[in-house]
Amino acid sequence: MNQSTLTEAAVNPRPASLSRKREPAWRTYMRRLVKSPTGLAGFLIIFVVVILGIFGPWLAPYDPNQAEFAKKLLPPLTDGHLLGTDQLGRDIFSRLIHGTSVSLIIGSCTVLFAGLIGTILGVVAGYFRGWADIIIMRIVDVKLSFPFILLVLVINAVIGAGLQNIIISLVFAGWIVYARVVRSEVLALREKEFILSCVATGVPRWEIIVKHIVPNLFTPIIVLSSLQIATYIIAEASISFLGFGVQPPQPAWGNMLSEGKDYIFSAWWLITFPGVAIVMTALGVNLFGDWLRDVLDPELKGH
Amino acid sequence: MLDYVIKRTGQVVVVLFLALTAVFFIIRLSGDPTALFLPPDASREQLEQFRKQLGFDRPLHVQYTEFMTKAVQGDFGTSLRTREDALQMVINRIPATFQLAFTSLGLSLLIAIPIGIQSAYRRNTWFDQAGVAATVLGQALPSFWLGLILIYLFAVQLQWLPTGGGGSLVHLILPALTLAAYSVARFARFTRSTMLDVLRKDYIRTAKASGVPTYKILSVYALKNTLIPIITLVALDLGVLLGGAVIVEVVFSWPGMGRLLMQSLLNRDFPVVMAGVFLIAFIYAVINFVVDLLYAYVNPQIRFK
Repeated sequence: MNQSTLTEAAVNPRPASLSRKREPAWRTYMRRLVKSPTGLAGFLIIFVVVILGIFGPWLAPYDPNQAEFAKKLLPPLTDGHLLGTDQLGRDIFSRLIHGTSVSLIIGSCTVLFAGLIGTILGVVAGYFRGWADIIIMRIVDVKLSFPFILLVLVINAVIGAGLQNIIISLVFAGWIVYARVVRSEVLALREKEFILSCVATGVPRWEIIVKHIVPNLFTPIIVLSSLQIATYIIAEASISFLGFGVQPPQPAWGNMLSEGKDYIFSAWWLITFPGVAIVMTALGVNLFGDWLRDVLDPELKGH
Repeated sequence: MLDYVIKRTGQVVVVLFLALTAVFFIIRLSGDPTALFLPPDASREQLEQFRKQLGFDRPLHVQYTEFMTKAVQGDFGTSLRTREDALQMVINRIPATFQLAFTSLGLSLLIAIPIGIQSAYRRNTWFDQAGVAATVLGQALPSFWLGLILIYLFAVQLQWLPTGGGGSLVHLILPALTLAAYSVARFARFTRSTMLDVLRKDYIRTAKASGVPTYKILSVYALKNTLIPIITLVALDLGVLLGGAVIVEVVFSWPGMGRLLMQSLLNRDFPVVMAGVFLIAFIYAVINFVVDLLYAYVNPQIRFK
């Protein structure tokens, strides 16, 4: 590019973009995603994990709970077992695939419900202030005085195991992150001119909240959620590893590791592959989440 | 300063009071707590007798008042297994947990601060980018799995270190490293970004222009102003560290509060669980309180806000 076109484009960028037909938003994002190696890697990992999570039952070569004692503790790549077998002769690859959907369901349901509850309470606290704010923020303070994982553990131990109860425990401990972020966003938003002018012209409160506040919360909530999913998946794996959460024989990455640790002296593959699955998933989600944050919220870049 | 101390003390007391209330109600989330205290195969008569004995047949507010009055005096009841004083059992485990938590805290600062300074100084080089990659990976690594892998490598394969247990420095190495891994990444990134801000300041430029050697600028001039934000982050991370210690202690059979808490949860020994959960909240609150005071002492802007 020579000097004259460069300055022309810099001084007067508008006509060029106007003359072209505006491209749809998703294509702009796709183009930017392809240019970012880490974002693309994250996206591809998530894609594979989601496919495995949804179509796992049809893709798994064996029944995850089919025990065959004659074939117990086979190392990887023997006898048609890609990743070997566990102490009961169950195929590890099939169990991993089935565990994927457990992690996915828990991660996404928790983000959905914790996000919903946290957002509602955050909006109430930030917009209405007063007593509601004091009460909600006190609850947040109290919950922050317990380490997250400890709170999840204790609640899960009290209400009992099972998929539904893990999600409840995670939501119970997890909504405060959303409430805090949303509250501070709302506090900043309500001082902005466009909200003040709504108030001045007598727009009803609920309309201000639904039409003007909430749409402006989408970006921070999406960015936060993309990073929280990994936290929840790791938290579930941790509590299942500790003997709560998802109970055997239902395959989950955490309880596979828990069962495998008794064979650490003889079968390294039992403690290796479920861990790799957790790390890869969390890595994919975090890489994609970081990319999403940079694209949607450039101000936060580098933080 | 005195005003600030009084105000902050008041806040701590309120939060601890509410934390105690939360502990009481969490145990009652499931409805009838007697079912939690006894094994699942207990008979109906046993349940009834136990409910009477522990006073769960009385109205909730009476129970709450009694629990709070006793808890404030440090009485959480006795362990259902060993009949020992519940709070005392947890307190006995504090030294082991502190040993683990502070060793890994020291370890992670010792590793993270030099790395952070170097990344800031050599911004956008391979060294810096390797740091970013390690941080991203570190955040995706669950501590219990890292622990298992370290056990496999150093205890099972190389047989350099024991697989678990407590009592000596050799036993401390692997759990401390495992617990430190997560903080190292965070501290290093944070040191880097704070350092970058400081390095842009005028006084650093003046120092450079006057010919002060680079190592001295980095380790004396710039580091001092980087430390305050780092102290705050460390305080915030102590909760994560205490929570992480629960899991790491279980993986390595380290005889701390976390392992006791886990065993009590599995044994349904809820007086010990309540004492343990409260004590962790208490320690966390006290540490935050001390850090806030230190912070206010160093930075007068906070005191007068």
